[in-house]
Amino acid sequence: MSRTQRTIVGLVCSVVVVAFLAALPHHYGRTNTVLWAQALYIGVAAMGLNLLTGYNGQVSIGHGAFFGLGAYTTALLMQQHGWQFIPTLLVAAPMCFAVGVAVGFPALRVKGLYLALVTLGLAVLFPDLTKHYVHVTGGTNLVSLDTQRLTPPAWVPTSVSAIGRDDQWAYYVTFGCTLLLFAGLVALVRSRFGRALVAVRDHEAAAQTAGINVAFVKVLAFALSALYAGVAGSCSVLILTQASADKVQTFQISIEFLVAVVIGGTATVLGPLVGGALVVFVQHAISATLPKHVSSTGTVGRVIANPASSPAIFGILLILFVFVLPDGLVGGVRRLWGSGRQRLLTRH
Amino acid sequence: MSLFLTQLMNGIGNGAVYASLALALVLIFRTTGILNFAQGEMALYSTYLVWFFTDRNFPVWIAILLAMAISFVGGALIERVVIRPVEKASPLVLVIVTIGMFLAINSITQVQFGSDAKQLPRAYPGKTWLPGNVQISADTLVLVGVLVLECVVLYLILQRTKLGLAVRAVASNPESSSLLGIPVGTMLMLGWAFAAALGALAGALAVPASQPALSAASMQSILVFSFAAAALGGFDSTLGAVVGGLIVGVTQSLTTQYIHALSDIVLVVPLGLILLVLLIRPSGLFGSRRVERV
Repeated sequence: MSRTQRTIVGLVCSVVVVAFLAALPHHYGRTNTVLWAQALYIGVAAMGLNLLTGYNGQVSIGHGAFFGLGAYTTALLMQQHGWQFIPTLLVAAPMCFAVGVAVGFPALRVKGLYLALVTLGLAVLFPDLTKHYVHVTGGTNLVSLDTQRLTPPAWVPTSVSAIGRDDQWAYYVTFGCTLLLFAGLVALVRSRFGRALVAVRDHEAAAQTAGINVAFVKVLAFALSALYAGVAGSCSVLILTQASADKVQTFQISIEFLVAVVIGGTATVLGPLVGGALVVFVQHAISATLPKHVSSTGTVGRVIANPASSPAIFGILLILFVFVLPDGLVGGVRRLWGSGRQRLLTRH
Repeated sequence: MSLFLTQLMNGIGNGAVYASLALALVLIFRTTGILNFAQGEMALYSTYLVWFFTDRNFPVWIAILLAMAISFVGGALIERVVIRPVEKASPLVLVIVTIGMFLAINSITQVQFGSDAKQLPRAYPGKTWLPGNVQISADTLVLVGVLVLECVVLYLILQRTKLGLAVRAVASNPESSSLLGIPVGTMLMLGWAFAAALGALAGALAVPASQPALSAASMQSILVFSFAAAALGGFDSTLGAVVGGLIVGVTQSLTTQYIHALSDIVLVVPLGLILLVLLIRPSGLFGSRRVERV
């Protein structure tokens, strides 16, 4: 295919996808709308993580902490100070950015798997910190929102809130954030900074020789990825109607971001969104849909129908997936198409 | 003073557990260059095996030995079946594979053995001595004793046998070792097998025997502390793992005792330690430095 043809196909596809996503909450009930909204916010966090891990080569398994920071900021401001949702983003996002800078500096000294470890520490530490500093009635670190705080504000046009479900409002807010941050990501990746990210990943010393400020690029990548994770966390509050953190949860969501990046395709623009959707829907299929279609007689049926075995199925699928498509879904499709221009941005 | 020494002894006991698991992590890192996030869950499965055998009225020490033997085989199998196909893949893919194993083994354990907490029988009498008002429990002594034993056995195998020489050769240069006729694949399997067996022993001794304390989440915090220990000591150093484990254990118990502001966020301490050490010496206290060619 020539370049123009590819552009046309790409445009048509993106218009169809955006139209589908925009119309979605009017055709789906609450359950599916919430699932799609979850897919979107996991995709957002994965986009940020992809900037750090895919483009810049710094592996983090602790972004659940930034996600949690965003979620707690939004939830506390809304529940205890009566803020609207959107202003809380203006606090949560810069805050996550700042914490990202603070964590990014020590990360300069630590590379590869060691960095993965330090960030793992972040994910494990965060729930303890919330238990230490967040005091809500009942003595837990769970902040849940009252129903009236979840309704859309008055200025929202009635055509959007006509059906009056708060999950639709939550979905559209998340969708808007996703579009905005996606556009930002595309612009970033194609900018001078985006090229610098890749150069630093592929060869730090060479990048430095070429005049790139390596420390600046790495810290900024860290901070930006923290911001993306934080916004995702803020959106999650509207959808899950609460902010909470325990060790398993924070670790698990950190893993989900990383899994979304890898199975979607590292260092691809679309990969993390596709990966986010895959993570949400595959897990949903394993835990909710699969057991219904398997008769729970016989050993195999009993094992599959057991809710405790869904992480096992997910884990095994994950390993098989990485065996078959080590460069992710988008990367694999791209390899099949043999698109040469993007080679520059994918790692071999 | 006696309280301080008591806490110090407790810390050393915990530290010995972290050190044992850190040793397993180091073994795998040295042979295959992988940070095994599933190490704790492998140990968890092995510990459930110990419970399984004692539940069938095997004596405890026999049960531990059986579990170690099964883990040895299991570790080798995991290397051959799961790790070998992605051996040369990027670190990110390796992280994903070990995390997949983490999820899978944890949930398989729950499915196979049930998700209720289990109680392990005592492997030795639970005595406490009081020399000069310092409490020393049998736990501490046994844990330290086992750690010393592990170190001696590992040292003898790795430094004094032909087999150990081959394992070390593969760890330092797989291609040259293969040209010398060393079966590289078998050696890598052995590395994982030893690590799994070590993990089984560490797991069985780490779970307190006084109450039903063995559950699916038993190993997760222990794994974090062991990672801290290994990072502190340097991932490619066995001595580092032991020293790192003891440092983490002791700081943990002293923090809990003396710094009340941190008593429910004890994890700050090992993480702060790791960060400090990595900032000053990125390869850990005892790790070997890597020189990068441009």
